[in-house]
Amino acid sequence: MEDAINIHVELHDGSRVTLEAPTDMGLSVMEVMKANELDVPAICGGMAICATCHVEVLQSNELPEPNDDEAYMLETLPHATPTSRLSCQLKITPDLDGLVVRLMPEA
Amino acid sequence: MERITTDICIVGAGPVGLFAVFEAGLLKMRCHVVDALPTVGGQLAEIYPKKPIYDIPGFPEVLAGDLVDNLMKQIEPFHPTFTLGERVEKLEKQEDGSFRVVTSENTEIFCKVVVIAGGLGSFEPRKPAIEQLENFEGKGVAYMVKDPEKFRSKRVVLAGGGDSALDWTIFLSGVAEELTLVHRGTSFRGVPESAEKVVSMAEEGHIKLLLKSNVTEVHGNGKLNAVTVMIDNETPYTIEADYFIPLFGLVPKLGPIEDWGLELEKGAIKVNTFDYSTNIEGVYAIGDINTYPGKLKLILCGFHEAALMAQSAYNIINPGKKYVLKYTTVNGIQELQ
Repeated sequence: MEDAINIHVELHDGSRVTLEAPTDMGLSVMEVMKANELDVPAICGGMAICATCHVEVLQSNELPEPNDDEAYMLETLPHATPTSRLSCQLKITPDLDGLVVRLMPEA
Repeated sequence: MERITTDICIVGAGPVGLFAVFEAGLLKMRCHVVDALPTVGGQLAEIYPKKPIYDIPGFPEVLAGDLVDNLMKQIEPFHPTFTLGERVEKLEKQEDGSFRVVTSENTEIFCKVVVIAGGLGSFEPRKPAIEQLENFEGKGVAYMVKDPEKFRSKRVVLAGGGDSALDWTIFLSGVAEELTLVHRGTSFRGVPESAEKVVSMAEEGHIKLLLKSNVTEVHGNGKLNAVTVMIDNETPYTIEADYFIPLFGLVPKLGPIEDWGLELEKGAIKVNTFDYSTNIEGVYAIGDINTYPGKLKLILCGFHEAALMAQSAYNIINPGKKYVLKYTTVNGIQELQ
């Protein structure tokens, strides 16, 4: 597909899947994972308030810094790591090609 | 203990729950609305009252808070009653097929139909993954501070880095005998004044502040007496403590509804799209809390679901009566007395 990148997701069982993500749809990583029926609750729908789309970034190009809402939420999460992100706040752009994330357990 | 009798008990006072009052009211059915939050509006009031919504038909742009105000005005003629700040706990089917709904404050609602419009669910404290933690709940482990006096002259360990962790650290420092704040990060993103205060209290020795730290274990014999803290992934050490209060924010959960015998799928209630009924006769689920093939979590769809639900509920509440769809343009709004 033109205007698409690949992202890789490590599932709860340790296996990895590769997802094709269009860059021209204004989607977030969370939305791409949900569209592919991965086990991501994302209950709040992308407002950075539930953290049920929490991922750990294992490999990436430089990512945009979390905004205040996301940063605050990450700080309150008990098991966040230094590369934790809310996947609902990561917009799919060409820069994200090759991104590897790991689904984090739901707290 | 309050006792309420009504036609329909609506669980959830968000936009869809409120609009269900309207659709029920057109069919002369009375509603009582329960919500765990102290105000109506659900997410719209609690999370994004100042955010504009662009996909409500007929409103190019409407602030979430204004939509709630408008819905409240729209349902006024039907005189709904409310129980706010109480969470629904129990649902019991009576012998005659009607229901008894009981809240966290033991308010009883007797009704013929229950409509669950619970949205994301109710917000519950997020619990850290620490082994045995749940066994100590109420025995030294608490997720919120209800009565600060309980901690007077006690050894208290707080964990978390958000505003509530900072605020309670400041407050409880004057109450507890010994107070430790355990925070995973190296700095705080909360209100800067609170963060500075906590740091200076630590420097002056009023509290103990452990950064880059996590509570990894809880100990005690029937009652909590110590927690283990790991600092910067080095050797863990143990702090004696009477109370451990993890403050990691809130996460929406289905809550007690999960145990009502409803058919669930991925945390949502399965419904029949004919009338948004659940597997329990007389119980409906509308809005973000339900699921069906093709479900979209939109306010718009919740409104539609409310209308279809009301038609079906009418048949339960008025057995044997025939109903023909009437238009508000023809009949106006008939106030419920």
